[in-house]
Amino acid sequence: MKILVAVKQVSILDDEFEMRDDGRGVDADFFEKDLNEFDHFAVEEALLIKEAAGEGAEVVVVTVGDDEADDALRTALAKGAERGIRVWDDSLAEVDSIAIAKVLAKVVEREAPDMVFTGAQSADFGHATTGMALAGLLGWPHAAVVSKLDFVPGAATATLHRELEGGLEEIMTIQCPAVLSIQLGINQPRYASLRGIRQAKQKPVEELDLDALGLGGGAVTSASRVRRMYAPEKGQAEIIEGTVAEQAARLAEIIKELRGI
Amino acid sequence: MAEILVIAEQRDGAFRSASLEAIAAAKSVKGGDGKLAVAIVAADPDALVGDVSVEGVDEVIAIKAGSNDFQPDLMEAVVAALAEARQPALIVAAHGVDAWSYAPVAAAKLGFGFASDVQALRYEDGELVATRAGYAEKVRVDLDFPGKEVVLVTIRTNVFDPAGGAGAPTVTAMDAPACDVSTAHVGWKQPEDAGGIDIPGSDFIVSIGRGVGDESKVEQFLELADQLGATLGCSRPIADNGWLPKARQVGQSGQLAANCRLYIAMGVSGSVQHQWGMKHVETIVAVNTDPEASIFSIARYGVVGDMFEIAEELENHF
Ligand SMILES: Cc1cc2nc3c(=O)[nH]c(=O)nc-3n(C[C@H](O)[C@H](O)[C@H](O)COP(=O)(O)OP(=O)(O)OC[C@H]3O[C@@H](n4cnc5c(N)ncnc54)[C@H](O)[C@@H]3O)c2cc1C
Ligand SMILES: Nc1ncnc2c1ncn2[C@@H]1O[C@H](COP(=O)(O)O)[C@@H](O)[C@H]1O
Repeated sequence: MKILVAVKQVSILDDEFEMRDDGRGVDADFFEKDLNEFDHFAVEEALLIKEAAGEGAEVVVVTVGDDEADDALRTALAKGAERGIRVWDDSLAEVDSIAIAKVLAKVVEREAPDMVFTGAQSADFGHATTGMALAGLLGWPHAAVVSKLDFVPGAATATLHRELEGGLEEIMTIQCPAVLSIQLGINQPRYASLRGIRQAKQKPVEELDLDALGLGGGAVTSASRVRRMYAPEKGQAEIIEGTVAEQAARLAEIIKELRGI
Repeated sequence: MAEILVIAEQRDGAFRSASLEAIAAAKSVKGGDGKLAVAIVAADPDALVGDVSVEGVDEVIAIKAGSNDFQPDLMEAVVAALAEARQPALIVAAHGVDAWSYAPVAAAKLGFGFASDVQALRYEDGELVATRAGYAEKVRVDLDFPGKEVVLVTIRTNVFDPAGGAGAPTVTAMDAPACDVSTAHVGWKQPEDAGGIDIPGSDFIVSIGRGVGDESKVEQFLELADQLGATLGCSRPIADNGWLPKARQVGQSGQLAANCRLYIAMGVSGSVQHQWGMKHVETIVAVNTDPEASIFSIARYGVVGDMFEIAEELENHF
């Protein structure tokens, strides 16, 4: 039994940042990188299923990213995933999430897992695209924003909750294997133990390029292109300056005025 | 000008009004001689034709399905069939949880241009350009779709004013295409009882986000809200952690602060899903240590600072 979890190393912008000279991105000096929050939940869900299944079960994590994305894999390995796969080629630097899905589809074909998890969305760009596009390319059953899952490895169907607007949930069954995008709150992600972190260093991470996946020669095309990137117009917020006491006093004034007290 | 197609949605037979925002987005790029068709898939689609017969819609395609259940496979087959039959240049849907499940799938399968969570559409020198946000709402990205004959986009809610006004579209009836479906509806789970907490009814909300850091710090904000005469709200991670009941969660998967007039967000970054529940509030005050937090872009007043220090000082005034 194998569950494949796609994980993304997301970019967190510094408080201040500058755009690149070509106006199509942010200068790379102004980021920090971290494992996507949603992917912590996807990894945890896979680990819980693996642990319940016992011997012979495996969680494999895959990322499409440059060497900075290794940290995302190591985080997941430290929590208990068995091995990692990192796919990279410099030609992927500017591709969109549909192109990422094309790469992931080849990895899924190679690994033939019993289930694939992604996060519901990435915290930086929030496309909510990659997992479901992957399902489309594979022709696999799929469900987005899964907030509860009942899956016994080997079973032909799983039962899940799809979280909808306003806190409503739909309960549905789905044929397996499937691609599911995992929602925040489906579980309580564990922290890696010190032992886990040490062990993760020894766990195998396979590095693949596009040729290895049969995707050389420009086979990975995007469904969109960034024309320009820019800081949005600043809102109308009046920034309250001063010492903390002065700021709080002004805030109290605003509250009292609006509340008529 | 080629046709624009909007995929409208229903849930359990009830029309989803976000589809009117998708229609408005489509209208924003409809040329004078363009044609706008709206498709709706339901067990009884005729019952929903009126909902989408708004000004600017030229045709409603009423697609009869075996049930009202949401089947991603079926929606993808519908998109494929309509794209084939109509050759639209642009297909538009609302960026709701249902579209999350079928729109990227259809786009990837059919090789369409694609952008999700789009906030603006326009043509620049004859090329479609879609604007969306990036880096946790801190930048805007303009996307184009070189070489793509069909582009599918999903539209962020609460950006476009819903299309309205009476229209007189022609109505075309169609049967849903035959397809294998791999999911089956079992039932619904309603949100938990609010236990007397009334976010929708409250006119003054103090809301805390992950900036609160620790469960032990939550209590002091319950007390602060009490002292100020406000209802305490929260962002999703606070409810997911079980630090506050779900009934206090403001946002897309929680509550809409429908009657709120003053909303003080402390340690909330201002994600699109949180904004969904409070962006409309007349006076929003944001307290956040990050001057670039997107909550400031919708706030009327901002304090760049520590929520604990501000809270402590604030107590002295009430
Ligand atoms: C389908 C779906 C539905 C969702 N529905 C909802 C929903 O209904 N409601 C919701 O809220 N989210 C929802 N989310 C989650 C959403 O995407 C965000 O993850 C969430 O809103 C982030 O919450 P936050 O702002 O508290 O946390 P963060 O984004 O982590 O922000 C914390 C903020 O606190 C600030 N901060 C830190 N320390 C301090 C301090 N001492 N003083 C002041 N500021 C400080 C930081 O600068 C930061 O801006 C949903 C997501 C999905 C995919
Ligand atoms: N570069 C990537 N490598 C691996 N998985 C990814 C990558 N980008 C996105 N994903 C997966 O797709 C999910 C949703 O991302 P997105 O479509 O960007 O919102 C993430 O939570 C990951 O599980």
